[in-house]
Amino acid sequence: MAIISRGFHGRRPAPGRDLPPGQYEVHDFPVLSAGPTPRVTHEDWKFTLRTETGTEHTWDWARLMEMPGESPTVDLHCVTKWSKFGTRWEGVSLDLLMEGVETAAEFALVHSYGGYTTDLPLEDLLDGKAWIAHRYDGEELAPEHGGPARLLVPHLYLWKSAKWVRGIDLLLDDEPGFWEGLGYHSYGDPWREQRYQGD
Amino acid sequence: MPPPGRLRWLVAELVGRRTESRTARTLVFDVPGWPGHLAGQHVDVRLTAEDGYSTQRSYSLASAPDGQRVELTVQRVPDGEVSPYLMDDLEPGHLVELRGPVGGWFVWRPEQREHVLLVAGGSGLVPLMSMVRVRGAVDGRAPFRLLYSVREPDDRLYVPELLRGAPGLGTAYLYTRAAPPEHPRPVGRLSADDLVRSGWPADLRPMCYVCGPTGFVEAAASLLTGLGHAPERIRTERFGPSGG
Ligand SMILES: Cc1cc2nc3c(=O)[nH]c(=O)nc-3n(C[C@H](O)[C@H](O)[C@H](O)COP(=O)(O)OP(=O)(O)OC[C@H]3O[C@@H](n4cnc5c(N)ncnc54)[C@H](O)[C@@H]3O)c2cc1C
Repeated sequence: MAIISRGFHGRRPAPGRDLPPGQYEVHDFPVLSAGPTPRVTHEDWKFTLRTETGTEHTWDWARLMEMPGESPTVDLHCVTKWSKFGTRWEGVSLDLLMEGVETAAEFALVHSYGGYTTDLPLEDLLDGKAWIAHRYDGEELAPEHGGPARLLVPHLYLWKSAKWVRGIDLLLDDEPGFWEGLGYHSYGDPWREQRYQGD
Repeated sequence: MPPPGRLRWLVAELVGRRTESRTARTLVFDVPGWPGHLAGQHVDVRLTAEDGYSTQRSYSLASAPDGQRVELTVQRVPDGEVSPYLMDDLEPGHLVELRGPVGGWFVWRPEQREHVLLVAGGSGLVPLMSMVRVRGAVDGRAPFRLLYSVREPDDRLYVPELLRGAPGLGTAYLYTRAAPPEHPRPVGRLSADDLVRSGWPADLRPMCYVCGPTGFVEAAASLLTGLGHAPERIRTERFGPSGG
């Protein structure tokens, strides 16, 4: 039973906007992160997929740029309550990066420059659901938004879309990432409002 | 600190309010069932209209833990959906829903012994003030320095309390648009000089907490790393718009 706050009318989302519960729409692009913004150059950037047996598949910037790109337009939902509709990205599908990677893993632990980590089921990265994104709104991805490259998994809360991504460990057993270890939900589905442990 | 089990929505009744500045007010809530909190944590506030429409925002806990009493300080965002309601329309006896405490990273615990640098921009002072207050409440002696940036003197929060001060707490103000006449520092944005003069040297390995609008936090955190502070000793919390 919701408690009514007397005299509160609120602002309804624009018609046609499908907002997950508890969210509100923003038109700017808020920034959230736990520490200073890491500065990673294209020359230094590397991305490593490591399987549960320790086999590593590594891409440098040039190799990533040679891969066929995609241009997803997606809605973003942040656990701090804002949603942003119709964001335009360019990046490489995780399906392409996972081609030829042999694994029986069911989980992924994503690592970032700067030490951030986040975990999710591997199947949430496949079948066209996730990208290594390197351009936003027609421009290079700005450092405060995760540039040079970030993970983009728009169907989960944005803390799963690790900024400054540098690799993914494929794991047989789930291992909590940074926020997941600090009380946030392990899966993070905005439509089911999975913000904190136990939601 | 994972919350114990599921975080429940609690009913909070407004029992008092204080004006902090032209554009900010502290709201005092009575929250039966409040589990207590750490300095730096926040709550989710849920407002529901009569027709069932509801929305949520996060607000930092301003107070030190005090039974089932919880204080938030809300800064008005012109044209905002929630902050003008909380500031102007919410009256003693009215109810909102609260969930928390949330967040286990941007926190200071009284057991921490190291030097602490607090860098606040505008309403970003709120969670840092909770750290100052918790330190005071436990008679803590961890050396604290607070560097507080505001546009002009009228924007300052908690003026009497910071003026009174506390042993081992150094507070420096920094004005970006207009300073009081006798203020030694010219107006302007936070610089490396300010952090050298009013902060701690990096070799003391202080824990740095930076909170404010995105642009401010970005600038402060990169100045700190530039001065040799280790990135893992710099914790940031950003609220407010990105400006683009
Ligand atoms: C962890 C966390 C802790 C927070 N703690 C506090 C706190 O202690 N005190 C506090 O006052 N706020 C705090 N905030 C910000 C708060 O959650 C709201 O974003 C803020 O009150 C604005 O909400 P609104 O509904 O009034 O405005 P909205 O309707 O959400 O926004 C209206 C317009 O204002 C812009 N805007 C949004 N937020 C801000 C802002 N903070 N300043 C200027 N412009 C803005 C938006 O881009 C938008 O264009 C915190 C946020 C987070 C994530």
